[in-house]
Amino acid sequence: MRDTRRRRIVLVVLLMVSVTLIALGGGSSGPGKALRSMGGAVFGPVQRAVASAWQPVYDFFGGLGRNDQARLQQLQRENDQLRLAARANAYDHSRAAELDSLLKIKDLGGYTIVTAQVIATGPAQGFANTILLDAGSHDGLKVGMTVINGDGLVGRIKTITGSTATVLLVIDPNFKVGARLADSQQIGYASGGGSDGPLTYTPFDNQQLMTPGEPVVTNQDATFPGGIPIGKIQEVQGSVGTQGRTATIQPYVHVSSLDVVGVVVVPPRTDPRNAVLPTPIPSPSSSATGPSQGPSTGASPGASASTGSKPKPSPSKS
Amino acid sequence: MVFVRVLLTAVLLGTAVVLQTVVLSRIPLPGATPDLVLLVVVSLALVHGSTIGCVVGFAAGLLLDVVPPADGQVGQWALVLALVGWFSGRAADAAEGSALVPVFVVAMASMGAVLGYAGVGFALSDPRVTGTSVLDALPTAVLYDVLLAPFLVPLLTRLARRVEPSTTYARTFR
Repeated sequence: MRDTRRRRIVLVVLLMVSVTLIALGGGSSGPGKALRSMGGAVFGPVQRAVASAWQPVYDFFGGLGRNDQARLQQLQRENDQLRLAARANAYDHSRAAELDSLLKIKDLGGYTIVTAQVIATGPAQGFANTILLDAGSHDGLKVGMTVINGDGLVGRIKTITGSTATVLLVIDPNFKVGARLADSQQIGYASGGGSDGPLTYTPFDNQQLMTPGEPVVTNQDATFPGGIPIGKIQEVQGSVGTQGRTATIQPYVHVSSLDVVGVVVVPPRTDPRNAVLPTPIPSPSSSATGPSQGPSTGASPGASASTGSKPKPSPSKS
Repeated sequence: MVFVRVLLTAVLLGTAVVLQTVVLSRIPLPGATPDLVLLVVVSLALVHGSTIGCVVGFAAGLLLDVVPPADGQVGQWALVLALVGWFSGRAADAAEGSALVPVFVVAMASMGAVLGYAGVGFALSDPRVTGTSVLDALPTAVLYDVLLAPFLVPLLTRLARRVEPSTTYARTFR
């Protein structure tokens, strides 16, 4: 009898501790946040080590097997990195073009991208759409930085440790980002819709014309680089002028098959690790491969200017 | 002996959480990720009873809450798995000598864990918890855990007993 009561007390105390932890802010503040950064610091290096041991096996079973497969994976990774570099170029083009036309100022310097490997994904039963990268604050990453890949916007860094970074994916219902319709230049915001749902675009005013197929890119703000492709308008709900008018966005990035991603490090660090600077990838080829990979940043009106001045990117190498 | 028990539990939970996040989560299985941590909690609860089960569950849940890339509320898994450990421990006597009962307990625990976690998320009005996201995770979560249980639960219970043969709860898988 007494024994049972004492055993109950253990349960009750532990349940109360859990509820208190949740009530004190979960992971966003208080002891929860401290515990999470501690857990990350302890397990991050272990996770990285296990992931690097697991990677060859993963690569092997990722396809058909055999030696060709390893070669294919390597080439694919190389291709991903080159696409990132090309993308970095595109950012510079559109940025420079915009500034050229608006302020007559030339290159303001490029984005620096740190490439990172995805080493873990959040489980479906945790309901959070997150991934873990094998780069952290030691590599110059910070909370809030933008994560991209060759296709477009991947997400944003949510929590960070010395050696790893947790990225909140663009499809997570808690993800929100300022967005701009690439053709009409109208602004609003995009938010995630969960693992199966499309993203949602919410315009800032309900008079906006949203045409299916129109690309949506990120809107430049203090922390977020602009012009990163998010997806394209799929379906519009509500007619012009009605309240709660939204549109669904089909994202460009396939979050289930992420491998190498790039973290936009702003401003450029002094000692970049694997940083893919906007290097001389021949412009014509980058603009030739761009459109096949969905409408790139070039879809904005600045595009005509940037394609018109192809030889320009070389000074942006600084 | 207590120290060895604690050490074994820590090693098992640590290994489970790392394998689960880094290895299992990246295998492109449909739906949920096989929950090794849950299997460790259930196995230890079946050996040591509900009090220890509840403590192990709490520790395991806290680990799931803090090890990246977790992004729920810290305390959410701890709350749910403490309860799962407690109730699994109640089945310790029934699981004795049976091969089927532990699998049944794992199925119930797995279902309870997903629904409990979703329930807490729903109570906190987490936008991620929707009918479709729960239905996406639930059947596969239970399926994978039940498929792993016949292999892992006997292994883990045997390991736990080797460390502590004098446990009051009887030997299940001799």
